[in-house]
Order: sequence, then C-alpha cells, then structure tokens
Amino acid sequence: MATITALEELVVQVRRDILRMVHKVNSGHPGGSLGCTEFFVALYHHVMDLKTDFEMDGVGEDLFFLSNGHISPVFYSVLARRGYFPIEELNTFRLIDSRLQGHPTTHEGLPGIRVASGSLGQGMSVAIGAALAKKLNGDDHLVYSLHGDGELQEGQNWEAIMYAAANKVDNLIATVDRNGQQIDGPTETVLSLGDVGEKFRVFGWDVLEIADGNDLEQVVAGLKAAKERTGKGKPVCIVMTTMMGNGVDFMMHTHAWHGKAPNDEQLATALAQNPETLGDY
Amino acid sequence: MTTYTDQGKQDTRSGFGAGMTALGRTNLNVVTLCADLVGSLKIETFIAEHPERFFQVGIAEANMMGMAAGLTIGGKIPYATTFANFATGRVYDQIRQSIAYSHKNVKICASHAGITLGEDGATHQILEDIGLMKMLPGMTVINPCDFNQTKAATMAIAEHYGPVYLRFGRPKVANFTPVDQNFEIGKAVLLHPGTDVTLIATGHLVWPSLIAAENLENRGISCEVINIHTIKPLDEAAILASAKKTGCVVTAEEHNYLGGLGESVARTLAQHAPTPQEFVATKDTFGESGTPEQLMQKYGLDNTAIEGAVERVLKRK
Repeated sequence: MATITALEELVVQVRRDILRMVHKVNSGHPGGSLGCTEFFVALYHHVMDLKTDFEMDGVGEDLFFLSNGHISPVFYSVLARRGYFPIEELNTFRLIDSRLQGHPTTHEGLPGIRVASGSLGQGMSVAIGAALAKKLNGDDHLVYSLHGDGELQEGQNWEAIMYAAANKVDNLIATVDRNGQQIDGPTETVLSLGDVGEKFRVFGWDVLEIADGNDLEQVVAGLKAAKERTGKGKPVCIVMTTMMGNGVDFMMHTHAWHGKAPNDEQLATALAQNPETLGDY
Repeated sequence: MTTYTDQGKQDTRSGFGAGMTALGRTNLNVVTLCADLVGSLKIETFIAEHPERFFQVGIAEANMMGMAAGLTIGGKIPYATTFANFATGRVYDQIRQSIAYSHKNVKICASHAGITLGEDGATHQILEDIGLMKMLPGMTVINPCDFNQTKAATMAIAEHYGPVYLRFGRPKVANFTPVDQNFEIGKAVLLHPGTDVTLIATGHLVWPSLIAAENLENRGISCEVINIHTIKPLDEAAILASAKKTGCVVTAEEHNYLGGLGESVARTLAQHAPTPQEFVATKDTFGESGTPEQLMQKYGLDNTAIEGAVERVLKRK
C-alpha cells in the first residue's frame, strides 16, 4: 500500500490530468471530478483489493461502480495510473474513435469499466446485483459505489436503498459525494435533499461520514472504517462532504464548473496551482 | 395441408415457468428476479427448489433491471421477470444503459404481453414492446407461439450470451409445436409450404394463421405459413425466399403495426425484394378491457382478419 505522501502526489497529478483532459476537448466535467480526486486515489491505490492482472471477470477482487458517470475524467485518470490502460490514452478523452467516451461505457472495451453510467440513478442497483453475485459465488470481496448527491433525486436510488437494507446486502459500501451542487445550483435550492445520512439510516443502512472528503487522510480512514463495518447485516453508506472544483481556487465555492472546461489562460492558472508530480501524459 | 394438433390449450407463461424449472436444475448460474408477480410468471417451482437463486425485488422494476445487470458481473445469468408493460416501457432507460449499452447477459422475461391479458385493460396491456426492444442495439427479441416453444426458448436463451427480450402471454392457447423441440434463435420455422401467399406470424397469431391457411386452402388459395419466433435477429433469408416464391405477404402479430414484426418484414422486403404486404396488427391504438377472444376479434387479430388480409394482398399482386 502506498504511503500518504505518495498518494498526495498522485492526487495532484490526477488533478492535472483532469484539467488537461477537459481543456483539450473543451468539454467534460471538471468540478465533480476534482472534488472526488482524493476518494478515487484512496480507493484504487490504497483501499481496494484488486487483481494484478486486470482480468475483468469480476471474481476474486473488490469492485467499484461509478453511478454519476459524468465525473469520468477522474475515473479515467485513476484507472490509467493504476495500470488498467496506457496513461497516454487519456489524450483521446471524448475524441472520435476513443475508448474514453464522455461518460464511461463497457461498449468500447476499456479495462476497468464494468457498466455504462451517465444517465443518473442506476449505479446503486447494479452495485447491489454485483454484491449479490459475490455472495452467491462465495467471494468475500466488497463492492464499492459512488453517487452524486443531486443524483439521489432519481427515484430508482430509493428502490435500491430499500432493497439493500431489507436484504442485508452487507458487502456493499455506497458513498455519496455530498458537494451540495448540481447543474441548476445548490442541491438545497434545486430540490432539497435534507439530511442524506439520516435518510439512509432510517432506511436501515449503517451510515458514517467523512467530514472533509478532500482531506486524504480522512478519506482513507473513512473508507477503512467503512470496510470494518461490512459483513454485519447492513449495507454501509458513507456521506462524504467534498468541495466541487477542489484544488483550483477559482473552481471552488461555485457550481459553475460542473460541466465547463477551462480556457488556455484558466488552464495555466489551474496547473500552476498543481505542479507536476509524477509526469503529465 | 400440413395438419397440426393442439395437444391441449396452455398459457405460454406456463411454458416459461416449465422452462425455468428445467433450467434451474441444469444451469446453476441461472438466477431469477421478480417484481411482485411470482404467481403470474409461474416461477414458484424454481423458487421452491432454489430459494437462494431467487430475488424478490418488490414493486420496483427499475431496481430489478439494474440488479440484473449487476448480477451478470461474476457470471450469473439473470432472468428478470414481470409483465411486459413494466418490463419495457417503464424501465426503458435502465434497460438501455445498464443492460443493452453495457451488453449484459440479462434475460428480460415478459409475461402478459399484447392485448390478451384481457380484463385488466390498457394500463396493463402493451402493444408497443416489440418496437421498443428491437430498436435497442444488440437486443435479441423473441416471441414464441405456444407452451412448448416458450419452454424451449426459455432454455435456449441461457446458452446465448447477450441481452434478450422474451415475450409471452397469459391466455390459454393451442399448444401444437413439438415437445422438447430444438429452439434455434433467429431461425424461422416453416410450418406449411404454399404457393399463392406467405403468412408470416409471431406469438399468439401463429395458430390463427394456420387456421386461416386451412380455410383459404379450402377456397383454393395456397398459403405458405412461417412462424417467426425471433423478431430480432430476423431470418431475412427465409422471408425473402418465400416472398419471391409467392409474390405477396401478410404479417400477423399481437402488437401495434408501428414498430412490430410487420415493419421488420416490410423493411427487409423494401430493401431486397419489394413485395405487396398487408398487416394484421393493432392500428396505432391502445387496448381495452374484455375477454381475450373478444379483444382479438375487435382489434382484428384473429383468423378472420388474416383471411381478409390475404384476400386484399392477393389483389395487389
């Protein structure tokens, strides 16, 4: 397992990847990607038990499902830097004939992607199915998933949340990215979610919180704590508060960068705030 | 005239249930999901014999489709079951993204398809499902005609990797195809050779097509009858060969004429061998309450309607 310092370096490099990917094609979703960088780095480079051969049969390793597929830049960067596919391929993000589609898909055969996502609200159901398959297979590995907070407005989530608790799907850790923002503004203005953790709790989940999802040590500790709480009859939810656009000062404290790419000047400013650590692709 | 014997009327959903019972015993990767309609889908035996391989999801079809997609990861072969209306239109985007686009090995098994579920009325009937499902890239669409064929299809799709939509129904209909038949996905079944007109039917309309063919034969009209149990991929070669021989076609299905088998056949003919065609199907309408027999008659889905369509198409040759 990587040290915190090494992970911190990776976080900065992944931020650079995200910024450069969306800048190149002048499209994509940097805000949520930057907000979840620490989470992805901690998960894929520290917490998850992954097979080293990148075999995609889904057996004998932890699995992850990204439900809010629009934050594909962070997912692609972390997968590439974990070894799933060549880092140089990040250059093809959103281009014609690329495996790195705007939203993740299995359709192009990109290693690391297990289901298409983008149309919101579907990932938790898929994660539950995969968790049940693990139980049937006698595979004691875990299933992780990530969901946007605004995404919880989709009703399918609540079907899934109800199912997982009622059926004791306790090998599942679903994390909600509580950045409080969605396209049209703050979640509490668009359609108030209220107390997300309490909602999961009353549905029967074991809920814990990561107060600062952009503090790498907190994220690692939170994921490890969640792991220890699996296998006890309840699905586990992490409500993780993050800052959209984290690591780039002008992208923080606003929802403006949900689905907008920086221009040349903005990119230069953003990259200056995140000096190269492991080498750009 | 080749004669077929009704071995005793049965519902095609019971053929599905029988197929699930057999599959449950032979294929340990097969799992079943249901959204609060176990009795209607006839899967009680599968559940009793393999409770650990059954997932009752409650009245939550969207979650069921997503769970089915997830269960494939790790090698399971999920059969997601409910009424055709709730298995398609209600969850179209879930099927589209999590199953079809993700090319998951999910079998969507839909009972009470068409108009013949009867008295419950149009909220529970569906005449648009074939169109919805055949438009999804990579989706196989199967609509077997009787108990024996539905059982065979249920078992055959487990051997096919990829998403499948299997459509069947509620009413008891003639059971006339062979017991333990070999079901070949995508292969048309020639039921009766003829020379004047080709009848291409699917599902519950296959048996009425045979009756129509017999009646027409008595009036000197020779009908070739083809059972298309797989609407996608369509056996274009079989259709074209017959259409070229007879020079006119009648398609028959318990579905809207927009988007159904008839349109798939018409596209094939238009592209390769333009041929006059008449459509026995519902005409862009919802159904209503009534007995299956009353509905089939009122909406022009019986042998009389087929015979009328043959008379019309013959004049266009």
